Amino acid sequence: MGDGPLVQTVGLKKYFKTGRELLHAVDDINLSIAPGKTLGVVGESGCGKSTLGRTILRLIEPTSGQIYFDGEDITGFRKDRIKKIRSNMQIIFQDPYSSLNPRMSVVEIIAEYMIVNKTWPSKAQAWAQAAKLMDLVGLARRCANMYPHELDGGRRQRIGVARALSLNPRFIVCDEPVSALDVSIQAQILNLLMDLQEEMGLTYLFITHDLSVVRHISDEIMVMYLGQCVERSNPDALFERPLHPYTRALLSAIPEPDIGMRDKAIEVLKGEVTSPISPPPGCRFAPRCGQARERCVASDILTVEADPGHHVACAVFEGAGRAGRQGHPQRE
Amino acid sequence: MGHKLLEVKDLMVDYRTDLETIHAVNGVGFGLDQGETLGLVGETGAGKTTTALAIMRLLPERTGRIVQGDILLNGASVIEGTEKALQRLRGETMAMIFQTPMTSLNPIVSIGNQIAESILLHNTQGRSEGEIQQRVDEVLNMVGIPPARKKEFPHQFSGGMRQRVVIAIALACEPDLLIADEPTTALDVTIQAQVLLKIRDLRDRLGTALIMITHDLGIVAQTCDNVAVMYAGELVETGTARDIFTSATHHPYTRGLFDSIPRLNQKVRRLRPIPGLMPDPTDLPIGCFFSPRCPQARPVCREERPPVFSSGSQRIKCHLFGDQEGFAQAGP
Repeated sequence: MGDGPLVQTVGLKKYFKTGRELLHAVDDINLSIAPGKTLGVVGESGCGKSTLGRTILRLIEPTSGQIYFDGEDITGFRKDRIKKIRSNMQIIFQDPYSSLNPRMSVVEIIAEYMIVNKTWPSKAQAWAQAAKLMDLVGLARRCANMYPHELDGGRRQRIGVARALSLNPRFIVCDEPVSALDVSIQAQILNLLMDLQEEMGLTYLFITHDLSVVRHISDEIMVMYLGQCVERSNPDALFERPLHPYTRALLSAIPEPDIGMRDKAIEVLKGEVTSPISPPPGCRFAPRCGQARERCVASDILTVEADPGHHVACAVFEGAGRAGRQGHPQRE
Repeated sequence: MGHKLLEVKDLMVDYRTDLETIHAVNGVGFGLDQGETLGLVGETGAGKTTTALAIMRLLPERTGRIVQGDILLNGASVIEGTEKALQRLRGETMAMIFQTPMTSLNPIVSIGNQIAESILLHNTQGRSEGEIQQRVDEVLNMVGIPPARKKEFPHQFSGGMRQRVVIAIALACEPDLLIADEPTTALDVTIQAQVLLKIRDLRDRLGTALIMITHDLGIVAQTCDNVAVMYAGELVETGTARDIFTSATHHPYTRGLFDSIPRLNQKVRRLRPIPGLMPDPTDLPIGCFFSPRCPQARPVCREERPPVFSSGSQRIKCHLFGDQEGFAQAGP
C-alpha cells in the first residue's frame, strides 16, 4: 500500500469486433482514483462508460493499455490471480431486477460470494455475516428468506450493495446504481453509498448519465463522449466553468426544477450521436459541435490541462495550458 | 364555449383480478383548458398512467374498471361512449404518446405508413392518397425528420427519432388534447432536450392542450402551466407551476419529493429522502394515504381522510392545513 492512487488506467482501450470493422467502445482512457474518493463518469448511452467500468474490473479483456490496482499492474494477471484480486474490486449493477438470481433467497444471494470464495469456514458463518450486512445496508432481517420478486427496486438495490460489500472490497464500480429507482428511493441509496464510503473508506467509480447525481456524489468527474474522455475536473469547476462544448451542451440540456430557469437558453445539439464504429480521426464531437473548425477533424485532439486539475480535449484549448495527454499519470 | 376541454371528476379506477383488487386511482379530479399544459407528477405506482389510460378509455379490458366518477371531453362523457365513438375520438380529438418509443411502433411497417394509417382512419376531409402522403411529409417535417426517410422502418432510427415518429403519429390529426406519458424517460438528456423543445414548440403552434406525465420535476418546471402531484392514486397537491415551485407551503409529500433530488446549483452533504415506501394499493391505510411516511403526521391523519384546503391557486389535501393561515377548506 502506498500513497498513490488505488485504481489507475494508462491508455486503456477496448475495441469490439463488428464484422470487418472495430467499435471503439473505450478509447485511450487515463484515469486515477485516490483511495476513499469517488470518480464520477458521465455520458450518454453508448459512450462506453459501462464498458470502461467492466474493463477495469477485467470482466472484459482490454484491447491495450494497463490497469493498475494498488500500484500493481493487473492487466496481465491470469485467472487464479485475478480471482484473488477481485475480492477487492466489486460492482453494483444498474438493474436490480435482472442482476439478482430469482431462484435464490436474499440471504443466499448475499452469502454466495463468501461461500464461493470460502471466506468463512462454514456456510452458517457466511449466512450470519450476510445477516450483518443486511443490517449495514438497512434491509430488515425478516426479508432474509424472501425472494427478489417479493421486494421493490430500492430493497433489491440494497441487496446488490450488500452483496458487493460481502468480500470487504476496497473498490466498487457503481454502474448506474440509482437510475432504475424513483427519486425518493434514489436519495436513500445515494445516502447509503456515501455513508458506507465514509465508514469503510471505499473507493468508487460511479457511472451515471444523471448530472445532478454525479455532482452530488463525486470528488472528480470525467465526461465521456464516444469512448473518449472529453473533460475531467473537480465537480465545482466542471459545473461552473465547463470548457468542452459537449459538456456545455450536456449541462444546458438538463431541465432544472426551478421555474426561474424556464427561459434559459438550451444549446440544442444538431443531429444524433455519431457511430463509434471505425471513427474518423479528429474530434468525435465535431459533427454536432457549433464551433467545429477544420482543425477539429484534421487529426486527433490532444488533452490539455487548461486550469490546474481541469483537463479538456478540445481544439480550442490545444494551444493554451500545459499539453500532456490527459495529464498522463507519471509511472516509475 | 362554456365548458373546459377536459374535465375529470372524482375518478376512481380499480384493477380487479381473482385474487385482489388494486385501487390505482382514488378520486382524482382536474380540468384542462384549450392550449393549457398540465404536469402530472408522481413516483412509480402513483396512478399517473392509469389516469391517462382511463381518459383515453384504454384500460385493460378484463381487469381495469372505472368504479366512480366521470370524464368529460368537450362536455361529452367519454365513459358512456361506445367503442365506435371512442375510436373516432382517439387520434382525432385526443392522442397519447407512450413512454417507450422502442415498443410503441410496429416494427414491420414503414414509419410513413404508420403515420398515414392514423390519417386514413380519421379521413373526414376525404383526402386522396396523394393528399395523405403530402400530409405525412408535412408532419414529418414538423417533427424534424426528413420526409425522404418515410419508407424506412423503426429499427433504422435512433431512440430520439423514434419518439419523434410517435409524436408525429399523435399529431397527424391535430388533436385537441395530447397526453404524453413520460415521453423522454427512455432518452438521453441532449436528445430529451430536442424532443421537449419539439413538443413545446408544436403545442404553441397548434394550440394543443397537453398532459405531461413525468416523475422529473425539472421537466415540469420547464414545460408546464399547472401541476398536479399524485400519490397513491390521489392528487395531494395542485396549483400553478409558479406556486408549486416558489410557494413556501406544500403538502409534506411534495416537500419530500423536492428534498430528495440532488440539485445542480446547491451542494448538500446529505439528501433528505422520504422514509418508507408507497402504500400497497391493495391495502391502503385508513386516513391519509401518506400518513405512514409523513414526518408531521398527527393522530387525526391516521384516522380521517384529509379534506382539501386552498390558498390562491394551490389546493392541498392534508389535515395540517386546517389551521394554516390563508388556507380555507375547499372540498372533502
